[in-house]
Formats: sequence, C-alpha cells, structure tokens
Amino acid sequence: MSNECKVDCGRRRLVAATAAVGGVGALAALVPFVSSLLPSERAKAAGAPVEVDISKLESGQMMTVEWRGKPVWIINRTKDMLETLPKLDGEMADPKSEKKMQPDYAKNETRSIKPEIMVVVGICTHLGCSPSSKFKKGAEEGMAADWMGGFLCPCHGSTFDFAGRVYKSKPAPDNLEVPPHYYMAEGRILIGEDKKGA
Amino acid sequence: MANTNFEKYKSDGSLQGNLLEWVDARFPATAMWKGHLSEYYAPKNFNFWYFFGSLALLVLVIQIVTGIFLVMHYKPDAALNADGVPVAFASVEYIMRDVPWGWVIRYMHSTGASAFFIVVYLHMFRGMMYGSYRKPRELTWLFGVGIFLCLMGEAFFGYLLPWGQMSFWGAQVIVNLFSAIPLIGDPLSIWLRGDFVIGDATLNRFFSFHVIAFPLVIIGLIAAHILALHETGSNNPDGVEIKAKKNDKGIPLDGIPFHPYYTVKDIVGVVVFLMAFSAIMFFAPEGGGYFLEYNNFYPADPLKTPSHIAPVWYFTPYYSILRAMVWPIFGLDAKFWGVVAMGASVVIFAFLPWLDRSPVKSIRYRGPIYKTFLTLFVISFFILGYLGTQAPSYWGEKISQLCSLIYFGFFLLMPWYSKIDKYRPAPDRVTM
Repeated sequence: MSNECKVDCGRRRLVAATAAVGGVGALAALVPFVSSLLPSERAKAAGAPVEVDISKLESGQMMTVEWRGKPVWIINRTKDMLETLPKLDGEMADPKSEKKMQPDYAKNETRSIKPEIMVVVGICTHLGCSPSSKFKKGAEEGMAADWMGGFLCPCHGSTFDFAGRVYKSKPAPDNLEVPPHYYMAEGRILIGEDKKGA
Repeated sequence: MANTNFEKYKSDGSLQGNLLEWVDARFPATAMWKGHLSEYYAPKNFNFWYFFGSLALLVLVIQIVTGIFLVMHYKPDAALNADGVPVAFASVEYIMRDVPWGWVIRYMHSTGASAFFIVVYLHMFRGMMYGSYRKPRELTWLFGVGIFLCLMGEAFFGYLLPWGQMSFWGAQVIVNLFSAIPLIGDPLSIWLRGDFVIGDATLNRFFSFHVIAFPLVIIGLIAAHILALHETGSNNPDGVEIKAKKNDKGIPLDGIPFHPYYTVKDIVGVVVFLMAFSAIMFFAPEGGGYFLEYNNFYPADPLKTPSHIAPVWYFTPYYSILRAMVWPIFGLDAKFWGVVAMGASVVIFAFLPWLDRSPVKSIRYRGPIYKTFLTLFVISFFILGYLGTQAPSYWGEKISQLCSLIYFGFFLLMPWYSKIDKYRPAPDRVTM
C-alpha cells in the first residue's frame, strides 16, 4: 500500500477482497459451461460391441463394419499377403508392435488372433482419415514400384502393410489400432470386448 | 437542456433540425458522424489497395444477412432421415431445391466465404506493403490479426454444417490436430468434439459457434479495429504521418474528409466488386471446385475418407506448412511440430510491428532486400496454397518445405534485413 492513502485504506482492502471473492465465484460459474462440452452420458453409453459374421469373407477380401462410429476392417489375408510381413520388418516404424496399439493377444507377427484374419480400426493414427486399400503389388494402383501391398492414407500419405504396421518416416506415428475382439464361434467375431476370463 | 450540451447541434428551426437537436442532446449522433465520417481526415493519396477494408465490411454484411435467412431453413442434425440421408445434408439440398430463391441465398453465402478471404488477404497485404502495422498503429494491426483468426474459426465451423464428405473429414483432421499436443491432447480433442468421433454433438456446437459466438466476437473486434484506426488516423501509400503537418484549424494538410471523398470512391470499388461477385455467384458458384468442393456433394460417411481430401483454398497455405513438417524433434512426433508450425504461421503476423526495424514504413522508400523478401514471401504463399490442394507427393513435400522456410524467414529474419537494407528517406508530405 502506498503511504499516501487518499481514500480509506480499510475500505480499499475490502473492495479488493470482495473483487477476489467475486472473481472466484465467476470462475466457478465457468464449470458448468466448460463441462457441458464434454461427451454426454448418452454419448458415453453408446459404443456397444458389434457382432460380425465373417463366414462369407473369402480369402483376399476385406469388409468394413462400424464400431463406435469408426470403421473397423476385417481382412481375410492370403498366404501371399502374410508372406510380405516379415520381409517388411526393416521398413516399419514399430515392426514388433512394441507400442500399445493392440491387445496383448494380438501382439505378434501378424497382429491378429488367427494369422489370416486381421481386425483393425481403419483410422490413420496421424489425423484420423480412413486409409484406402492398395492391395495390388507394384505401381498398378499408383504406388511405388516396390510396393508390397497394404494401405495408403489419402490425407497425408502414410502407408501401412497388411498387418496395419506403419512405414518409417511417415506422418503417422503409430501402427493402426487393433480393437479388443474375440471369436464367439467359428466365423463370428465380437468387436469391442476382450474374451471374458481371458 | 443541460448546459453540458452547448457543443451539440443547434436547430435552424426546421422539423429536421429540431429532431436532430433533440437526438443530439441525448445521443452523440452528430459527433459520431463527424468523428468517423465527415470530419475524419484520411490521407488524400489512397490508391487501389485501400478498397479492401470497406469491401471486407460489405462482405461481412452479406454473410450476416444471408446467414440469418439460411438458419431459417437449415437443421444441424446428423441423424439419418427416412431416406437414409443425414438431416443436415438434406436441409441444405432442400434450401437449394425447394426453398424459393434459396439457392441464391446459399450461393451468396458460400461465395461470400471465399470473397471474405480474398478481400482480407488483399487488405493484409496492403498493410504489409505500406507498413500500416508500424507505430502508432500496432493495436489496429493486432485487432486485425484477431479478426483474421476468428474469421478462420468462423469459416472452419461453417464448413462442417453442410455435413458432406469434405465437411466431415476436414473437421476430423483439424480437430485431431489438437490431439497432437502432449498429455492434454486426447482429452482436449474429445472435449472439442463432445464425443469420441465427429458426430451430432460436434455439428450442433459448431453451428452454435458459427451463428452466434464467433460473429459476435468478430463484430466486436471490427469495432475495436476501426476505433483504434480512427484514433491514430490512417496510414497511406507513402507511410507519412499526415497529422505531422496541419493547417491553422488543426486539419492535416494532406487529409480529406472520409465522407464524401472516400465513401464515393469506395462505392466505385463496391460496384466493381459486386460485378465480380455476382458473376461467380451466378455462373461459377463452385469456383472450379475451390469454393465448393465436389466431394462435399456426397453426404458425410464416417467409414470412408474420399480418395483426395484438401481444405478449402483459403486454408491450403497453412495446410501445406502442416504437411511440410515430417521430422520428430525433442522426442515429440512430427505431427505435433506440424501443428505448431501451422499455428505459428498464422499467429506470426501479430509480431510484425516489432520485427520490422526499417526507418521507413512504405515499400516505396524501402530497399531491394525487403522487396525481394516480400516478393519471395508472396510467391511462397501462392505455391504453398497450390500444393495444399494437391495430393501428397515427394516433390510436393520438398517444395513445401522450402517455401515454409521462406515464409518463416520473411518474418524471423526481418529484424536484421529490414535494418541493414538501403532506403530512401520518406518525404514530409504525401505524393500523389
């Protein structure tokens, strides 16, 4: 406080204290507004697991289902496709799937429960576009001549192999996410839940 | 009336005069008219480049009026209707096909969005050429940068509303940019979307921001921008302070009243502008796929990204800068640095008043180094803008990295090159 207090100093302090308390109140009033922007209870409750019948999915085919508003791809990989995976280890950012982008039961060479059936969220880990399938080897689908087949994100050019592993030096930092899933029976997958008791 | 109002308008006894006297005693009508128009002295040497401020104001009015009418028919609803089309998308088609004259109103609004950026970019370039951001107009410039940022937000929110493929995936990419921020990124992007994916919650809040929050802020900032400008007075192509030389009445020797001189001049600009605007609106409202992107004529599909996505043209330079960052630094993803570079490329304009150390304001008296840098900056801006519309490619990436370097070099090296550059002393009075 300055020594030349022209007004009553006690009142000045009261004014400051009142303003401070009022300020705290105003800040507290922000809480409902800021919180109202969070996902609602209804949005949180949505996202039930999805049951998929893959018995008609031929070898080399891919299907897309919606889970929590995102595309989930199920790919029945051919032997040829699977053979490309070990060859590409050197070109992958995370060849051994060290980062937690998959449940433990999919942390293996093929990033899947059954070697041929790939279940993966079709959303690029860069900025969330959905990559396009470029299954043909070589330059036929506009890729490089030594392209081994996989996926290309149209937005920023990240590329992924048939196990959803991301190539090195691409904008996407991580492999595609493998969602929790399990086989309810032969040819039936439940996406969105781990096997109970597993 | 109270004797504090002696300065106010004195009626000549006519009905009109009596009315004005009555109003003036209660509201500063004549004072505001004089202060901002009839006795606001602007430099007499304004040229072509000075049209774009008033044109920006005109486009703002067009956007607000057309927006009011569009909201009467538009429905921000991502749910599917009986035909399996999202309600929001269908309501835009309804405006285009069934609402009487709805197509005109909507094309005015969509053309207005691009026109807004064209006139604002030209307005900003004028400020850069003639050093309008320099002392004492720093605050005018900062309010302007604020308007520009809000305008980008306004355009981005508005672009989601038709709920087409480009709306959806554009919003997906931009909101996911925030998830690149370490630690708080993921919760932040969920908070922005109001859901785990772009959905109805996102559409509704973007609608609210687009029609209420951002327009209010923009109007407030424009008022501040103009008040700050009228406090210091306008700069001019010579970068000379006209207030330094006044006549015995205190009126700048090189100043002319804004009204009628510049109001009439601006009307010429308005006429030419509206001719171009109408031509686009009636004959090429899609602007060759740049003003309205063709992929946006497909309803939003969360399961499929179009094979080529690019932002609308006015965002493409910054989008290229985002894509140009491909190296992880300090253990953080390239994605994070891309976002930082993109943010910095917009915000860096705010620092111009303090980066420029030239003894003169206007490009007319500056030396070759500044002229070279400004030219390279403009060329880079255009190349970045073009590359941002193109699919990613090897050479595209290399060229956009070079152009990003020039873009930032223009600003960050300015304290040195503007100081060592040659210059001619600015004259005392404006030249014509």
